[in-house]
Amino acid sequence: MNEYENALAGGLLIGLSAAILMVANGRVAGISGIVGRLLQGAQVPTGMLFVLGLMAGPLLFRLVVGAWPVVTVTTSWPLLMAGGLLVGFGSRMGSGCTSGHGVVGLARLSRRSIAAVATFMTAAIVTVFVMGLLA
Amino acid sequence: MNGAFFRLAATLVSGLVFGFGLSLSGMLDPARVRAFLDITGNWNPSLAFVLGGAVFVSALGVLLTRRLKHPLFDETFHLPDNQVIDRRLIVGAAIFGIGWGLVGLCPGPALASLSLGLPPTFLFVAAMVAGMLIHDRLVARKPSQMGGGAGTAARLSQPH
Repeated sequence: MNEYENALAGGLLIGLSAAILMVANGRVAGISGIVGRLLQGAQVPTGMLFVLGLMAGPLLFRLVVGAWPVVTVTTSWPLLMAGGLLVGFGSRMGSGCTSGHGVVGLARLSRRSIAAVATFMTAAIVTVFVMGLLA
Repeated sequence: MNGAFFRLAATLVSGLVFGFGLSLSGMLDPARVRAFLDITGNWNPSLAFVLGGAVFVSALGVLLTRRLKHPLFDETFHLPDNQVIDRRLIVGAAIFGIGWGLVGLCPGPALASLSLGLPPTFLFVAAMVAGMLIHDRLVARKPSQMGGGAGTAARLSQPH
């Protein structure tokens, strides 16, 4: 499969995961919400199991496909830390990230999620553009 | 039957399918994500298919939930119904987007890629958790609420 087919197939599976959580448990598959609640000691058993499953995903991929997923990190350590802080802080302040607002919120036609996705996509695109200018 | 057991099982399956889907999609690779965001430069649009495919199947799930009185393994749905677009939402999303653009990692791929054992992703996740704690424990805290600690204040705005 080429990168477009992989992207589509992976996306369909991510949507399936969100649909399972919604139909089976009535919950939003939003990673920042799940991790944020875990850090507050709320919904610990389900939160832990979701994160465990999430982390086991690449291992299952290794078993099925025979290779690890490609992860290329070239970002310097100070930028990695800054990016992590902003992603953690912003996703909690904005009540969601790419999964909760993107995958689930857009599917539910939530006004808040449409606004959030438009905002974070714009901010991310501008950030990459400005970093390109500075590089 | 024991609803709690099935809820836990469904959660584990959902997480595993999510992690496998991310691995297959290319979203685990920050370089690919940044190339997707680089629309004026060397743009690689393939990751748009990840969001498109995910929203499509997720929307089928939404349609299914509308035909159900309650989820399969729980008494009620726990879905947010807030419709108010406020400053917190927009400022938070903008801060998140800047961080996402800087590195190319968002929370799901960052956590999933931990199992590859790469030091940079550990550093990113540690910083991300610190950012969440700074927000929830310090910034979202509302001292005016009697007995409302960090957890209570943060839970008032039911996150995704």
